[in-house]
Amino acid sequence: MDWQPVWITLQLAATTVCVLLLIGTPVAWWLAHTPSRARVWVEAVVALPLVLPPTVLGFYLLIALGANGVIGGPFQSITGSSLAFTFTGLVIASTLYSFPFVVQPLQGAFEASGKSYLEAAWSLRASKWDAFISVASPLAVRGYLTAVVLGFAHTLGEFGVVLMVGGNIPGKTKVVSIAIYDHVEALEYPQAHLFSGGLLLFSFAVLLVVYAYNRRLPVHVS
Amino acid sequence: MSAIVSRFRVHYEKFRLDTELEFPDRGVTVIFGRSGSGKTTLLRCLAGLERSPTGHMKFGESVWQDESLNLFLPVHRRPIGMVFQEARLFPHLTVRNNLMYGYRRIDPSQRLIAFDRVVDLMDLHPLLDRRPQGLSGGEQQRIAIGRALLTSPKLLLMDEPLSNLDAERKQDILPFLIRLKEEMRLPIVYVTHSLEEVLQLMDTLVLLQDGRRVATGPANEVLSRLDLAETAGPSVVGSVLTTTVAGHENEFSLTRVQYRDRFLYIPEQPLAVGSRLRLHLLARDISIALGKPETPNSVLNMLPATVLEIGPTDTPGSSVNIKLDVGEPILATITRKSLAHLKLKPGMKVYASVKAVRMVHEIEEN
Repeated sequence: MDWQPVWITLQLAATTVCVLLLIGTPVAWWLAHTPSRARVWVEAVVALPLVLPPTVLGFYLLIALGANGVIGGPFQSITGSSLAFTFTGLVIASTLYSFPFVVQPLQGAFEASGKSYLEAAWSLRASKWDAFISVASPLAVRGYLTAVVLGFAHTLGEFGVVLMVGGNIPGKTKVVSIAIYDHVEALEYPQAHLFSGGLLLFSFAVLLVVYAYNRRLPVHVS
Repeated sequence: MSAIVSRFRVHYEKFRLDTELEFPDRGVTVIFGRSGSGKTTLLRCLAGLERSPTGHMKFGESVWQDESLNLFLPVHRRPIGMVFQEARLFPHLTVRNNLMYGYRRIDPSQRLIAFDRVVDLMDLHPLLDRRPQGLSGGEQQRIAIGRALLTSPKLLLMDEPLSNLDAERKQDILPFLIRLKEEMRLPIVYVTHSLEEVLQLMDTLVLLQDGRRVATGPANEVLSRLDLAETAGPSVVGSVLTTTVAGHENEFSLTRVQYRDRFLYIPEQPLAVGSRLRLHLLARDISIALGKPETPNSVLNMLPATVLEIGPTDTPGSSVNIKLDVGEPILATITRKSLAHLKLKPGMKVYASVKAVRMVHEIEEN
């Protein structure tokens, strides 16, 4: 039994969530507070991965990440290595793929707490950054929890995009969902059962913990 | 002396604010206007929460905004305290940490007021370790005021801090505001649509209509101006008299108050003789008689008066406002029919009968 896909999957999901929080937070913040008309356009783009077939996203990513692509090209000339069929390429792909699952809960949380607490914080000598850290973030803690869990879980379950841009390289880009596919193809049902059952239980347990914990969080902002 | 000199021009789709204002550096300046008059926007411009594209504002010697130089001091750099309509206490912090939020963020050498002093002033001791959720509106607003005070502001801005409270809670907060005004030497700008609630606090009144300043001045002067009666509205038009408690008639449950050499009876107040008291005499509660009635009647408060000025009669409705001198200027609203019947002219000697006295509150006991 080869456990490497599990390890790669967890690594991929954890890395992706970290990247998503870094990029998703300012985007969600901007969406929640901007009066700009560009907002609806950005919202629509952010939501695209929800409706697009993963193969469409994967196809464009494959082109973009390739040695002649808009991302892969510059990357290769700087680092000397390609992005397609690498772990880094997978992180980029997963980040895009799971983007709405992180941005939307964060945006919702920022919108729910609104501007009024921020204004109060500013009037109490807190700079914008300070108010974000000391007031907006703790008030959005439920949003962050939901974002982390959904982003993580959604990355675990990704299949089509990974297959398109990551290929299926054992030890490098072979994640659990693809390993399951391989096992089924090879009629190795016991192994497929093990991975599938494991993923099912893990996902259920995480969601259970989140929902239970969410209820007990002290902050209620309506 | 003016503490604040400001000029703001804000233009929204359905609303515009266009005012030039100077605020005194002491006492309570009340900005009064109906909803939509721009009073909250004006306050937010003063705070820096709103940036007027052609604004200019000076606080004392320091310029906070000068758009010709593209200068705009952000909110958190202004030495202000702000109290909003809703208390806006941070729900994730205890009352103590809410109070400490601004206090921690100013340099210790800039702290002019001690934590314990504010806690005493606003009576917050029993609440310190609780969370804002579950506290009454009045308690929350007291904490919000305390939180603002702990930043040692040089200017306190209040945006209808009582309007979300029921009448009883208002009465709970008012003594704290009066204490605040007396004990802290800091200018307060107070926005409201209800003059009754600030009668005891108000020193200067700014009347705002459709984004423009209609009048500024000492409260009594502005309220008894005939030309403003229409703007201020019948529930406000009248006069503010500052009186002294002269005695009580316990068997009738009445208190006798004095201003200059005149006396008025009001419902009994639990105040010591010599206490100062502000009364609001609404114009619609004052009527005029040509002479003192020969036959006994039930009117208690009958004041000799001189007609000073007769208001415009071309306004809609059946009434007209008359300005009288009863030692202080007061207004009376009578019908145009009565005006014709009594043939009132400026200089005539008449009697003003006071049918009711509004808003009797203790202001201070000296």
